[in-house]
Amino acid sequence: MSNDVKVSVRNLTKCFGDLKVLDNISFDIKKGEFICVVGPTGCGKTTFLNLLTRLIPQTSGEILIDGEPADPKKHNISFVFQEPSAFSWLTTQENIEYGLRIKKMPEEYIKQQSDKVISLLGLDRFRNAYPHEMSVSMEQRVVIGRAFAMNPDLLLMDEPYGQMDIKMRFFLEDEVIKLWKATGATVLFITHNLEEAVYLAERVLVLSAKPATIKAQVPINIERPRKVSDPAFIEVRKQITDMIKWW
Amino acid sequence: MANEKPSSAVHNAAAVSESIRIENQNRAREKRQLFLISLTSVVICLLIWEIAVRTALINPKYLSAPSQVFQSFITKFYDPKPDGAILPVHFISSLYLALVGYFAAVIIGIPLGLVMGYSKVFYKLINPVFEIVRPIPPIAWIPLSVIWLGIGTTAKGFIIFLAAFVPCVINAYTGVHQTNPTLINVAKTCGANDWQIFTTVCIPSALPLTFTGLRVALGNSWSTLVAAELLSAKAGLGYMIQQGRSLVRPDIIIVGMLSIGITGALLSACLSRVEKKFVKGRNAR
Repeated sequence: MSNDVKVSVRNLTKCFGDLKVLDNISFDIKKGEFICVVGPTGCGKTTFLNLLTRLIPQTSGEILIDGEPADPKKHNISFVFQEPSAFSWLTTQENIEYGLRIKKMPEEYIKQQSDKVISLLGLDRFRNAYPHEMSVSMEQRVVIGRAFAMNPDLLLMDEPYGQMDIKMRFFLEDEVIKLWKATGATVLFITHNLEEAVYLAERVLVLSAKPATIKAQVPINIERPRKVSDPAFIEVRKQITDMIKWW
Repeated sequence: MANEKPSSAVHNAAAVSESIRIENQNRAREKRQLFLISLTSVVICLLIWEIAVRTALINPKYLSAPSQVFQSFITKFYDPKPDGAILPVHFISSLYLALVGYFAAVIIGIPLGLVMGYSKVFYKLINPVFEIVRPIPPIAWIPLSVIWLGIGTTAKGFIIFLAAFVPCVINAYTGVHQTNPTLINVAKTCGANDWQIFTTVCIPSALPLTFTGLRVALGNSWSTLVAAELLSAKAGLGYMIQQGRSLVRPDIIIVGMLSIGITGALLSACLSRVEKKFVKGRNAR
């Protein structure tokens, strides 16, 4: 195993009773890589993420972070859920600091991380605002900030922009790239939007229909900032679309 | 032309602040009007009541006029007649009793409910007994509590405890039980242990409902007071009401009832202030 592999998934299989959802999935994620996972609806993308965060146990196979079995108590794993998940009783700053406090980081470090993320996200004015005082997209940005603030070994995002309109989506996609570059985090981003995948990722994992296997891994070598109208962009998008076409 | 723009901006700002001022004024006027409407209804009721008693439409033996009640209310502050104690003595005796029962219920009931909401095992262990005890009205416990605890303060406190206990448990339990599972997953992926999940996610998210429970419990304990003071008492608002009945003094009865009502409202207002301090964000009142 080479040194720059951060996360290593080996022969991962998950069954719910007789239903096989994931079938023998293996892949590596390099340190600081941004990976998007796409696949047909209902192929088991969310199950896949839940396995990676250890919210549910796998049937067989293993997930290694830095060569050790993944464990949320030991590793910094952050998860941005599809639905809004800011704590309604905490302010923006307290929400962003939540994970760091759970990990019992030193106070100085917590302050430094939350200041960094708040200024990167431009949330200074909303530092002491509660989630209900903000729009849904703003709340989702706080949640994303909370995930990045933990300086995660692995950051998992489950269609975080699924509920946003297209303009907000473009804005937030650029923002997540900015955060990714600033923190050097290793990101695994699940989406059903192929354009989003090609826009964000360094590599796209294409899953097949259930039981999901990895159908292909497509490296995206288009320079950033990417343009959706760029012929190279359209070409890659078409290539991936053809892979998951079921019609 | 160049000069016009800033001046129109200033003009606009002035117009906006003027319109805000007018709107605030209108809102204040509407508030005053609504208050006047409420006040009018109270005054009309009191007037009808006063006239009905004065014209002997209602026999004064059954109901005292509001003016009479008010007078008795003032007199009771210094005159122990006819029931043997002045109003503040009754009041303190009742308040003490209600608060002892109430706080005992809160101290035991809230943690019990919170833990029941979090731990399935604990829930299965406690719930069957709780479900059987829950529908029994607190008053039905009076005979047993007399046998167990006699007729002193402990027995009365016990009755009030039972009245306040049930809403404390149910609301704390429901609050924890309804915690958004996504938020629990957020804590889990951050590496939180069970205790951290309970204290940083479940309890804060259960707080609004828990406070509703505290409010209901306070109302229950205060309203069970009269029943509890049926057990021989020498002082207390409930006792005073009982004495008013035996002496056919409706004014004393109503003074006692009003004292209970007003104190209940004041205690509830105190609780709201405490709630404001603890409940933050979306669910703050």
